[in-house]
Amino acid sequence: MELFRIKNDLPFMRHALVFNAISLITFVLAVFFIFHRGLHLSVEFTGGTVMEVTYAEAPQLDPLRNALTAAGYTDTQVQTFGSSRDIMVRVPNRAAENSSKVSDKVMATLAAVPGPKGELRRVEFVGPQVGEELATDGAMALLMVVLGIVIYLAFRFEWRFAVSAIIANLHDVIIIVGFFAFFQWEFSLPVLAAVLAVLGYSVNESVVVFDRVRETFRNSRMRGLTVPQVLDHAITSTISRTIITHACTLMMALSMFFFGGPTLHFFALALAIGICFGIYSSVLVAAPLVMWLGVSREQFIKAKVEKEEAVV
Amino acid sequence: MNRYPLWKNLLIGLVLVLGLLYTLPNFFGEVPAVQVSAARSTTKVDSNIERQVLAALSAASIEPTGLIRDPAGLRVRLANEDIQLKARDVIEHALNPDAQNPGFVVALNLLSASPQWLTSMGALPMYLGLDLRGGVHFLLQVDMKGAVTKQLDATAGDLRSLLREKNLRHGGINREGETLVVRLRSEDDRKKASGYIRDARGTDFQLVERTDGSEFLIIGSLTEKGRRTIQEDAIKQNMVTLHNRVNELGVAEPVIQQQGADRIVVQLPGVQDVAKAKDLIGRTATLQVRLVAEDANPMSPPAGTDVFPETRGTESYPVVVKKQVVLTGDRFVGAQASFDSQNQQPVVSVRLDAAGGRVMRDTTRENLKKRMAIILFEKGKGEAISVATIQGEFGNQFQISGAFSTEESNRLSILIRSGSLAAPMDIIEERTIGPSLGAENIKKGFESTLWGFVAIAVFMCVYYMLFGLISTLALGANVLLLIALLSLFQATLTLPGIAAIALTLGMAIDANVLINERIREELRNGASPQAAISAGYEHAFDTILDSNVTTLIAGIALLAFGSGPVKGFAVVHCLGILTSMFSAVMVSRMITNFVYGSRRKLEKLAIGQVWRATAE
Repeated sequence: MELFRIKNDLPFMRHALVFNAISLITFVLAVFFIFHRGLHLSVEFTGGTVMEVTYAEAPQLDPLRNALTAAGYTDTQVQTFGSSRDIMVRVPNRAAENSSKVSDKVMATLAAVPGPKGELRRVEFVGPQVGEELATDGAMALLMVVLGIVIYLAFRFEWRFAVSAIIANLHDVIIIVGFFAFFQWEFSLPVLAAVLAVLGYSVNESVVVFDRVRETFRNSRMRGLTVPQVLDHAITSTISRTIITHACTLMMALSMFFFGGPTLHFFALALAIGICFGIYSSVLVAAPLVMWLGVSREQFIKAKVEKEEAVV
Repeated sequence: MNRYPLWKNLLIGLVLVLGLLYTLPNFFGEVPAVQVSAARSTTKVDSNIERQVLAALSAASIEPTGLIRDPAGLRVRLANEDIQLKARDVIEHALNPDAQNPGFVVALNLLSASPQWLTSMGALPMYLGLDLRGGVHFLLQVDMKGAVTKQLDATAGDLRSLLREKNLRHGGINREGETLVVRLRSEDDRKKASGYIRDARGTDFQLVERTDGSEFLIIGSLTEKGRRTIQEDAIKQNMVTLHNRVNELGVAEPVIQQQGADRIVVQLPGVQDVAKAKDLIGRTATLQVRLVAEDANPMSPPAGTDVFPETRGTESYPVVVKKQVVLTGDRFVGAQASFDSQNQQPVVSVRLDAAGGRVMRDTTRENLKKRMAIILFEKGKGEAISVATIQGEFGNQFQISGAFSTEESNRLSILIRSGSLAAPMDIIEERTIGPSLGAENIKKGFESTLWGFVAIAVFMCVYYMLFGLISTLALGANVLLLIALLSLFQATLTLPGIAAIALTLGMAIDANVLINERIREELRNGASPQAAISAGYEHAFDTILDSNVTTLIAGIALLAFGSGPVKGFAVVHCLGILTSMFSAVMVSRMITNFVYGSRRKLEKLAIGQVWRATAE
């Protein structure tokens, strides 16, 4: 079976402007939603208490809510989670109260409500000190990933490739975060891990294309090609691998989405979005960027000559 | 010809066999066991204890299926859960005749059911994190400012007895903020006092002299070194206290670790009674012993005193105590509820350390028939848990008596025991995962990895035929090696870790897709099958290396800055990238070589249809 039967190189670069315009629009939209709606940050970042309680039969939520409000937990969220028999209770941190005791008090309040009795499945409490640190650590991790990749690519290829790869893929990151802002999905630590993993993964996508670009530039039989033609050739000859690899990774992400349960739900979702946008950006955003930045054959031929001199 | 030299084949074979061996323990599951470990530093689990345990078990006609002794203690493997519970009670009874003061922790545990020879070569099952096996996790923040002021309070007490010993009269020693102010009557006294204090306190304390009207002052403050020592000691002392508290819970494999400068992580896997655990761990109390200011009016307390409530029965009475602290909780070595030898009344027997004993002797000698209060501070609020009259001079062992019920004496002894924190602590993070949720997380994580793997395998086999099968085998080898590494390093596997296994597999297939596409391309360009295989692997390798390095950079950054779930993800992700390089390139090449390498007349590769533009 061969899915991709491409006779001639596809003229991607002719439409470079269109692709870049699409990117810009999605990017601006994502940024708009991030600032306009904000992120629905998980308890790990905001601090507070999250509890999962499971019931033998589906409980009525309103009496539970009223009981909690009566007990003084006015800004508490109670919602079903996964199935109608599992509920999730969120309580934000408050300055006055010993917040590590909240879960005990909430459980006592819930148990006092007539009806089925719940069993505590999970508690997560994060004090105000920790959340801030996690956010800083996350930002540091992102910075290190970006720096590390730029340095490696600049060293292995050329600074133009490094810069365009990182711009293309950071734009992915912003778009994933934009999705989370738009749909108000919960942005938790595993989601952050997924976003950063996707960043590394998408960059490797760009690397595959760039590898081909370099190879084509150095290939003496392809000397007649212009820069856009070289890029077209590189993208066309790797497109089949790009799509197949991403399809495989996407299958894994979807498998986690469907079978992994609620804990992995948003993690898998972030991966899935990241993989889809990863294809688009690393191929159709990074390559035009390299072109705008003025890549040329001489940059690779010269490098080769210098290397040989150094060896002699 | 595509052949690996013999040594390369052997090496790859060896790695795979080792991988299989170290993965094996994960398939055997677990059997119930009872674990015995020392509860105090004075007790030790030795061969004597082993004999005692075996004797007790055979007396109860329980047949253990295995016995393992390691630095952590003694573990007795048992046939099933009912016997496990029975054995626990039997051993507990044999080793801890005095339930009030247990010398050993006897806890239920699970042991790997893998055969002895695997265990003895260090092949253990993966270490599951709390989210997979259930339990509680706490992150505690030690209040370092509190540690310093508490230490200064104690130092003030020490200096008072020092100056008294040297017969030097002073006008008071008080803590003001983070300094100690010693008031003296003359220049001469001050000189002497500074000398004594310097000798006694060494380099962790710096003294400044000041004259304030008729008062000659010495102002002592901590040096940077002194402050650091106090903080390190505070963390250590608190960890010891936490160990003692956790021992009361009987948890098999508790983790109590320092994290950063001022935090302590406590993890209690498999704990059933979460509420009790939290109550015991989270008890942030500190203790102080102070003298009662006799004849003071609680409504208008005189200067230099504090008022605390004392609860007797259901009512609360105010008690006025002096600001001077006689002793702090860290001087307490132990406290036990017992009965007075004469009148059989419930009492609490208390033991202090040597320094505490000295202070207590001086204090009691000078304050006979006066009252002394033990004050418990919790969340910055004090409560007098015991107010008793000093009946005689005593040192580091004494009894607190009163109209106690047995229950009250028990409560008081627990309060004193657990109150010996060097500094207050706050729970700043808590995660509790019920055991059923843990099992469910394992199941879900496993299922999603399995179905993802199956989907990829089916797709690869259909699309690349034999080469797809080879890729799938290589991917299988990757899982094997990854699990082997995780088992070997005993890295903690969490649910995000399982997600990382799945994701790593999804990404690892990239290398094989690259190789297979390259081979097809070479064939399309007219290369012979053997040349196509060799060129395909060779050309693809550069790309595979580059792409894996970029992914690895992201993984390492996550590892360095991640915490909690992110770290669990990053460890597996990084290991997975390394194993996937090996399996996707070397293992798949080896299999390809076995299949095609020795065929001289190779016409066609089973890599699926290779479409040529010219053929149309």
